[in-house]
Order: sequence, then C-alpha cells, then structure tokens
Amino acid sequence: MSMGLQTTAYIVAIILFILSLGGLSNQESAKRAVWYGIFGMALAVIATLAGPAMNLSWVLVPLLLVGAVIGAVVGQRVEMTGMPQLVAALHSFVGLAAVFIGFNSDFVGTHDLTRAEVVIHEIEIFLGVFIGAVTFTGSIIAYGKLAGSIDGKALVIPGRHLFNGAIILASLVLLVLYMNHAGSWTLWVMAVLAFVFGIHMVMAIGGADMPVVISMLNSYSGWAAAATGFLLGNDLLIVTGALVGSSGAILSYIMCKAMNRSFISVILGGFGNGGGAQMEIEGEQVAIEVGGVAEALAEAKSVVIVPGYGMAVAQAQQSVSELTRRMRSQGKNVRFAIHPVAGRLPGHMNVLLAEAKVPYDIVLEMDEINDDLSNTDVVIVVGSNDIVNPAAQDDPNSPIAGMPVLEVWKADQVFVLKRGAGTGYSGIENPLFFKENTRMFYGDAKASFDALLGHFKAS
Amino acid sequence: MIIGVPRETASGERRVALTPDVITKMEKLGHTMLVEPGAGTEAGLPDAVYAEAGASLATDAAEVWAKADVIAKVRPPETDELSQLSDTQTLISFFYPGQSQDLLDQAKSTGCSVIAMDMVPRISRAQKMDALSSMANVAGYRSVIEAGNNFGRFFTGQITAAGKIPPAKVLVIGAGVAGLAAIGTAQSLGAIVRAFDVRPEVAEQIESMGAEFLFLDFDDAADGAATGGYAAPSSPEFREKQLALFREQAPDIDIVITTALIPGRDAPKLWLADMVEAMKSGSVIVDLAAERGGNCDLTVPDEKIVTENGVTVIGYTDFPSRMARQSSTLYANNVVNFLTDLTPEKDGVLVHNMEDDVIRGATVAHGGEITFPPPPPKVQAIAAKAAPAAPEKTAEERAAEEAAAARRAGVQQIGLIGIGSIALLALGLVAPASFLQHFVVFVLACFVGFQVIWNVSHALHTPLMAVTNAISGIIIIGALLQIGTGNWLVWVLAAISVLIATINIVGGFMVTRRMLAMFQKS
Repeated sequence: MSMGLQTTAYIVAIILFILSLGGLSNQESAKRAVWYGIFGMALAVIATLAGPAMNLSWVLVPLLLVGAVIGAVVGQRVEMTGMPQLVAALHSFVGLAAVFIGFNSDFVGTHDLTRAEVVIHEIEIFLGVFIGAVTFTGSIIAYGKLAGSIDGKALVIPGRHLFNGAIILASLVLLVLYMNHAGSWTLWVMAVLAFVFGIHMVMAIGGADMPVVISMLNSYSGWAAAATGFLLGNDLLIVTGALVGSSGAILSYIMCKAMNRSFISVILGGFGNGGGAQMEIEGEQVAIEVGGVAEALAEAKSVVIVPGYGMAVAQAQQSVSELTRRMRSQGKNVRFAIHPVAGRLPGHMNVLLAEAKVPYDIVLEMDEINDDLSNTDVVIVVGSNDIVNPAAQDDPNSPIAGMPVLEVWKADQVFVLKRGAGTGYSGIENPLFFKENTRMFYGDAKASFDALLGHFKAS
Repeated sequence: MIIGVPRETASGERRVALTPDVITKMEKLGHTMLVEPGAGTEAGLPDAVYAEAGASLATDAAEVWAKADVIAKVRPPETDELSQLSDTQTLISFFYPGQSQDLLDQAKSTGCSVIAMDMVPRISRAQKMDALSSMANVAGYRSVIEAGNNFGRFFTGQITAAGKIPPAKVLVIGAGVAGLAAIGTAQSLGAIVRAFDVRPEVAEQIESMGAEFLFLDFDDAADGAATGGYAAPSSPEFREKQLALFREQAPDIDIVITTALIPGRDAPKLWLADMVEAMKSGSVIVDLAAERGGNCDLTVPDEKIVTENGVTVIGYTDFPSRMARQSSTLYANNVVNFLTDLTPEKDGVLVHNMEDDVIRGATVAHGGEITFPPPPPKVQAIAAKAAPAAPEKTAEERAAEEAAAARRAGVQQIGLIGIGSIALLALGLVAPASFLQHFVVFVLACFVGFQVIWNVSHALHTPLMAVTNAISGIIIIGALLQIGTGNWLVWVLAAISVLIATINIVGGFMVTRRMLAMFQKS
C-alpha cells in the first residue's frame, strides 16, 4: 500500500471516528454509530499493517489474537455495575502503552532532524511519557478505589500541594537535562516521578468525586495518545487523541458543574470545609413501613424515582424495574430522575437502568424533570443523598452550597430508601430527611423493593 | 380500652365521631369500639356496618356512657351527659372551653379528663389531628355546592351552539382552610375565582390554588404568623379601604363566600347592605361566619333568605353536618390520630403526657383540675416572616446587568483569543514546519471534538466513555510502527503495547455495543 493510499485510509478512519462519537447524540443513532467506530478502527489497523513503513512479523498474529480474545471475554462478561472499574482499567492500558512507546522512541533515537525538530521531538517524548505515566498509575488507583480494594476516602497528606509542585518542578529540571543529552536515565527517573504523581493525585480524591476523576483520566488517555501521535508524526493518532481528550475534558467540566466545584479544587483533592456553622436541622426523621409506602404508591398518579450509587451497591435495579413495569401497567406515570453525578461514572445510572430493561424515554435528566417535581405525587429516593440535599440551596455554609440538586422535597410525598439513619458518604447532614413530607423507609434497597413488589401484583 | 361512640343528641346533627373504617387502626392500638345503636345512621353508616367491621353494639346510650373508658363525640356534651362520667373516663369532643365555663366546672367536679378537639394546637406535628381544619375544609366545599344549588347559572363559561355563556365570578373573603377549600372547589367547577384576606402572606397560597388575590395596598398589614395563623382585628383605616375594595367588586361578582372570623370575637361585618344592593339579581352570598353573627349585614343564622333585589343570602351554620359522611370520616381520622399519640405503647393504655405540646394543649380538664388555658406551645405555629427580601430589580436594571455580564464575557473571550494567538505566533517563530503541520491538525481536531461531544446525550455518557476507551486504543498504531525497528527491548515493549491496545479496542467496542443494545424505548 502506498503512502498516499494509507493517508486516505486514515482520513476515512478519522471521519468514521467523528461520526461514531457524533452518533451518540441519541440512543437509536448510537447503535449504528458504534459500527462506524469499529470499521474505522479496522481500517486504521489494516492500513497501518499494509503500509510501507511496516515490518510485518508473525509475532503480531498471536499478540492480536490474544488481545482480541481477552478484550472480547472482558467486554462480554463485565457486569454493568462494574463499568467504572473496567473503564479505569482500560485507561491504564492506554497510559502504559503511551509510556512504552515513548521509551521506544527514545531508544530508537532520531535521524535526519534539524536542531529545532530535535528539541520538539524530545519535548514530545517527555510529555508523552509523563501524561502516559500519570494516566497509568492514576487509573490503577481509581480502579482500586472503585473496586473497593483501596479505601475510598481521600488520603490527605500534609504539604500535599508542595509535594505535587516539587514533582512537577523536578520533572521540568529533568526535561532540561534530557534535552542537553544527559542520557536516558532522566526519562526513567521522570517516569517514576510521574507514576508517584498519578498515585498521589487520585489517592487524594474522595469516592464521591470519582466521576470527575474517571472523566479526567479519560481525557488524559486521549492526550497521551495525541502526544504519541506528535512524536511519531502520525496525524491519525493526533486527531483521535484530540477527540478522546476533548471528550474527557467536556465530561469533567459537566461533572464539576453538576457539583458546583471548580475542576482545580477537585483535582487538588480533599473535600473543602465550608466557612461557618451549618444550619441546625429541626424536626424528626419519621420512619414508615412497607405497607404505608405501597398505599401511597397505589394512590399516586405520578411517581419519580431518584436512583443513586446505593441502588447499584444493593443490586436493586432489577426489582426497581419490575416495580416500575407493574406501576406503569396500572396507568401510573413513572419516571426516573438522574442527577449528572449520580453513580461513579458519568451516565452510570442510565446504563444500569437500561440493563434492567427500564425504557430510556422515562429516564430523564435533572434539568428536564426538576420543574415537574412539584406536580409529582410520590418521589422515591433510592440510595442517593447529596444530590437531593436541600441544604445546597438553603444553607450557604453547607459544603455543597450552590450545587444543583433535584428538588424532590417539592413533591407531595418523598420516601427515602436508606440502610439506616446517619449521614451518607460525604458526611453531610441532609435536611430532606427531616422534612414533613418525607418518610424514611429503612432497609436494604433490594429487599425493600421486593417487599413493595408483593403489594403490586403482576398483571 | 373501650372507646364508646354515642349518638349525637343535638338536633340536626348528623355526624358521628368514629366511623367503621378506623376500627382496624384502633385495634392496632389495643382499643375496641362500643357503639350506641343508630349512632351512624344519619351519616349513612348503619349499625350493621359497624358490627361487620368489628365494633360491638351497646343496647342504649347509658351503656355506652357507663362502660366505655373513652367517649368520642363530635358536639360538646350536654350537662346530663357529662354528669355520667367518672374520674377514670376520658371525653374527646369539640368543647369550646373558652365559651363553656359551666361545662369545665362540671368536668372538674366529676374528675374526668376532657380532650377538646378544637384546642389541638396549630403546629405541624398536630395537623393530622386538627379537626377544626377538617371541618372547615368540608364547610368550604359545601359552601360552593350550596351556592351552586341556589345560583341559576353554570359555573364554567361555555361557548355552545345556542350562544356564549359567561363563567361565574366567585369572591372568597378570608383564605383560611375553609376559604381555600372554597377557592379550590369553585375553581375546579370552572368559575373565575377572586379572593381576599387581610394577611398578605396568604397571597401565595391563594394564587397556588389558581385564584386571583385582590391586593390591598396598605403598609400596616398584620403579620398573621404571630397569632397562630389566624387573622387579627384590623384598624379603622384598613377597614375603610377594604370595604371600598369590596364595594368596587360587588356589581361584578355572582357569588360571594365569606369566611372571615377573628378568634374570640363576633364575625366582622364585611359585606354591607349597600353591597348586597349593588349585586345583580340571582347572585348568591354564602356566609360561613353565620354562627358568629355573619360577615354579611343581611345574614340570618340557620336560614336562607332572598333579598328584594333577588340576591340569595345563605346563613346555614351546619355545613359539616350537611356532609355528614365526609365530615365523620375526617373527624374519625383526627380522633384516631389523637388516640395514637395518647397510646404511645400501642397497648391500649392511655397516657396523658402533659409534657407533650399537643396533648397538653388539647386537654382542658384532667384529674379534677381545669387545665385551660394551656401554656403557650414550645414550638411556634408558623415560622415568623423572614426579613423582607431585597427589592425586586426592574427590567432595565436586569437588562443592564445582563449586558454588563455579556460584555465581561466578551472581553474575557477576546482576551483569551488574544493570548492564544500570541502564544501560537511565538510557537510559529521557533517551531519547525513539520511540527506546525501536525499542530494545525491537532488544534482543529480539538475543536471538532468539542463540537461533537457537546451534542452527546447525558444518558449516553457511559457508552461515550467506553467508546472513547476503544478508540484511544488507536495507540496500537504507534506500537505497530515500532515493532521491528530496534533492539529486543523495543520489541518487547512494543509487543506488550500491541497486546494491551488490542484488549482496549476489542473490549471497548464490545462493551459499548452491549450497553447500547440495552437502551430500549418503551
């Protein structure tokens, strides 16, 4: 295959990738769009293998085969609740590959380049390895936190900003040394520093901020690919990396906005403490038994369910879906309200509900449903806390003040499914639980929904 | 304990204190029900229904008064009824202790406990036992129905083949529970509803019911929250303005429903003879305050009259009793909710916990003592009015602010573009052409990426991450190009990169496809 043909194949692949991402604007076109992505990728790989610069080797066959089999098995078997971990793991692969490719470029060395080009090339290598290394270890820690093998709490070490600053400064010094031909060791040392940086960065971020971290790592994996593209002078890599990078950046931005926090404050880690005392909460939490909830649901015309990470933890989505189906067959208007940061991954709740066969047209975003909540008879909050906390609007001293929340308390009646009294993950007291129209329905979410199912006969 | 339900003896009273549907709840509290024969007949609840629900039937009233531990009544007791009670018995009924000193003294001498349902404090925890509100709700509803019964036209406006029918115009004076119920009923019948109240803070409630609040511009408006949500008497100047407002409305209004009451006083006269005079023939006035003298000059308590100019004035005082079945159901629920608080252990043992605001407030006689009036409740009825909000900004001010914000954003954007351009120019000065070529591609790709990703639906963010995972596996191309270009180390590293990038590609696309297939429309 000639150079020209390969370039045109790359252009087609790029267009297919863009179409594939653009197709995700709605559920139906997305199903087609994923095929664009697959064809684009196949085209890119074949064009590369058949290209002029390629040394075809039989070693590639088992590598590609084994990789494909592992990927297929993982892709088929992964539970939807495990999606955050899978995404984190896949990010780490991209990071690691970027590090290796950067090293390789250093080993192979440069030929026929002008002085300016060499400088640029060396910066590219350094940047590629740095971003790749941070992505790699950051993603591994994120994986650990999501899988529960590492404590989800934010690890705050004293002088952590100083520590981060020192690593970046040291990396810059090493870059200068590297460019003055101090040798490959500078690259190695910098890689180690970047590994440490990635670990520390994600360790310092609490579990509730995970959606931001995952999107950020998503972005980094894209930038790592783009940096690799620069150092190899490959436009396909650059474009694809830039697409992925901007995708992750936008997701991070959306997540931060949904939490009313600046990107910098999330990345710097720790959870900010509000100035001044939080408002005292008056009233009492009133518990309710399954019979009372069933009665209210039987009478309600419109029901809104607000799922959170707790629903995923309790694996309650199937029971939720079944209850929804039965209530809908009785002519009730049942809908779901999804806060952008519900779950541990952007859009995580949508996927869990889709898996449980909840039709996607009754799953609505916060902005779509917030105005409707005041006309709703019953709201069921399943395993979410901060995203329905009225203190975000009422209490300027609350740590989550200003965060957009689902205004569930405007509904006639709110039932909160919770394992027990007490504050949730973030440790913020929730005045919603003390409101007059709120009843606490204690117990495991799945068991509670199964009990409710007993009151709604299958039809 | 045995809860006795005697038949109401007051003439014309159709209600009954407890209905069969609350028996299950009472049994859960450990109580049983003893009913006087015929107690619920007037309310459409024959004895058989009670028996079927699990109540026992007494032979006569005397047995109920003698056997029951708790007597549940609607109306205040007669003297001879109260005299049958002993110090172990409790009476629950409306009692109006402020106006019935004799009954209080009698209760004191018998030693029985008396819980006055009309004394339940107006705090949010006690709403479920607030029988006055329940009855006011029924009265408000019924007032509209009575008005409709005497009003010769439709409530709702219609355009028919036979011609256009204008909607009825209803004015509700006093937006308490009864007033709000009347507003809601009239509104749902299709009338145009206006409402007035001396407490400006109820405007929001009135408007939320769909009625128009007649606003009276007066500085000295009382803060109703301080008096437990009831209205207070108003100053003469205020009254004049108010009457002027009504006078203006009178010729236009078809139905007037007055519900204005001030606790412990005669009802204020708000709809004067000249206003009735000004009304169209066929109009209806329903005076819910008739029992306390009426809000309308012409009201005759317990009667319906028609004035010379053809206006009907209804002064019935027994609206709840006219809807006995509904009133009884609500009242029974109020009583049972009170019993729930009185039997905290659900073991059928009454505990008169005088530390409890609600029980303390409603208990007017206990253990041979008169416990009326109660001390002020610990919890304030309604939160005091918040400090006045910052004055609303005018449209111009807001427009100016928006313009300023837009200008700031514009300046910021131009600034960023400027800095970016300078940085790019600086880069262009030093960077070689080969790099810049790639750089152009990179910058354009970022822009395309931003445009495309903003259109991605929020619901598909997880598939988006999975698919970007897959396509970031494009890094495989870098690894493929490096295979076979250097020493063994390069080989190994490149081979590992190919392997893991393949996992990324295949795994990412697989899982995306799986996820997307799950999204099904209903």
